Amino acid sequence: MQQIFNFIFKNSNRILFLLLLGISLTLTIQSHSFHRSKIISSANFLSGGVYEKVNNINEYLNLKTQNDALAVENAKLKSLLFNKKDTTAIKKLDSLKGVKPSDIVVSKVIHNSYNSHENYLTLNSGELEGVKPDMGVINDLGIIGIVDNTSPRYSTVVSILNIKSQINAKIKKSNHFGSLIWDGKSTGFVQLIDVPRLASIRKGDTIVTGGQSVIFPENIGIGTIANIYTDNKTHYYIINVKLFNDMTNLGHVYIIKSKDREELINLEKKEKNE
Amino acid sequence: MNSTLLVNIFRFVLLLAVQIIIFNNMNFLGYISPFPYLLFIILYPVNGNKSGLLIASFLLGLIMDMFSNSGGIHTTACLVLAYFRPFIFKFSFGLSYEYQTVKLNDVLTPERFSFILLSVVIHHFTLFILEAFQFSFILDILLRTLLSTVFTLLICITIIYLIKPNKR
Repeated sequence: MQQIFNFIFKNSNRILFLLLLGISLTLTIQSHSFHRSKIISSANFLSGGVYEKVNNINEYLNLKTQNDALAVENAKLKSLLFNKKDTTAIKKLDSLKGVKPSDIVVSKVIHNSYNSHENYLTLNSGELEGVKPDMGVINDLGIIGIVDNTSPRYSTVVSILNIKSQINAKIKKSNHFGSLIWDGKSTGFVQLIDVPRLASIRKGDTIVTGGQSVIFPENIGIGTIANIYTDNKTHYYIINVKLFNDMTNLGHVYIIKSKDREELINLEKKEKNE
Repeated sequence: MNSTLLVNIFRFVLLLAVQIIIFNNMNFLGYISPFPYLLFIILYPVNGNKSGLLIASFLLGLIMDMFSNSGGIHTTACLVLAYFRPFIFKFSFGLSYEYQTVKLNDVLTPERFSFILLSVVIHHFTLFILEAFQFSFILDILLRTLLSTVFTLLICITIIYLIKPNKR
């Protein structure tokens, strides 16, 4: 017994080191697995609060560009509105489906990262506004990412610039589906893989979100085709997509609350259980 | 004794704040970012409590991870650096480093430089290896480690020169 205690006292530093190393490696490995098991995220009170304060100051520095962007978006929406056949007509609610299928929460990016392989954004809206994990995040140009973790007032988002992110997307004109991934190289480009060779595609074609995912509504812009390769092993196309969004400069974003989501998730869960 | 504790706590908070607010937003060429917060571990008193250093660097890394959404990579890198610090001391200053009180925040000598260089390399290499975790990125990791090391080193030395505490 005495010897055991002696051993522990003599090697207390080493034991402490191994213990703490164990904890930190567990945290690392957990964050590498795709499932939402991240314990430490910036969606908590401390880091969310600090980021919000810092962002409040930073915002003043690029007020002008943000205003311009909002004005451009406004103009686009106005032109849509004016070119309608009857500008005063209010859309009638579908009596069968009830309210429209998705709702939108306006939010702001308070922390943006784009220089590592796994990039996350922090937004300043959380559970109090009804944000839940797995909701899609977009802005006026295109998609941004998917909500990962939430706290009462903040949430983190898996950016599309994250090697773990995988989003269903399609080619706008031909409806061929593929998965959108990121190879971790350039912040301006993502890759669309698993597109069958049958698809007739050309440089400059538009890529939009597909209708197969619950997260994003169909036909939200992503980018345009920059280069096309063929995978040697699978003989599917690998397409380099130039993003519409500048992911290094994000301001206001919209979180999409899909009304059908709960129903679809429940349905899928039921199917898995059977 | 008490004043060293206070100085260390102050350094801990200040370095973290500067790292999070300023240096985390620095990206030269898109992917080179400096991590001068590890100066806390480098500048920790040579004869200070070792388990204290381990726990402090664990917390340091944990807070960094929390702010950068990176799981546990900063924590692991800081711990590894804190644990190997005595060995780096031995390597850079010779075997009897504990008796001749080594002062790091002073004029840059080859010994001091090699100590800081080794610390930064160990920290960054652990960090970037854990960050990518995939061998397809091995060249990328080496490049990032190299460039970030140079960058962090420059900033660390600048900071040490800027805040030399005992100027008599």
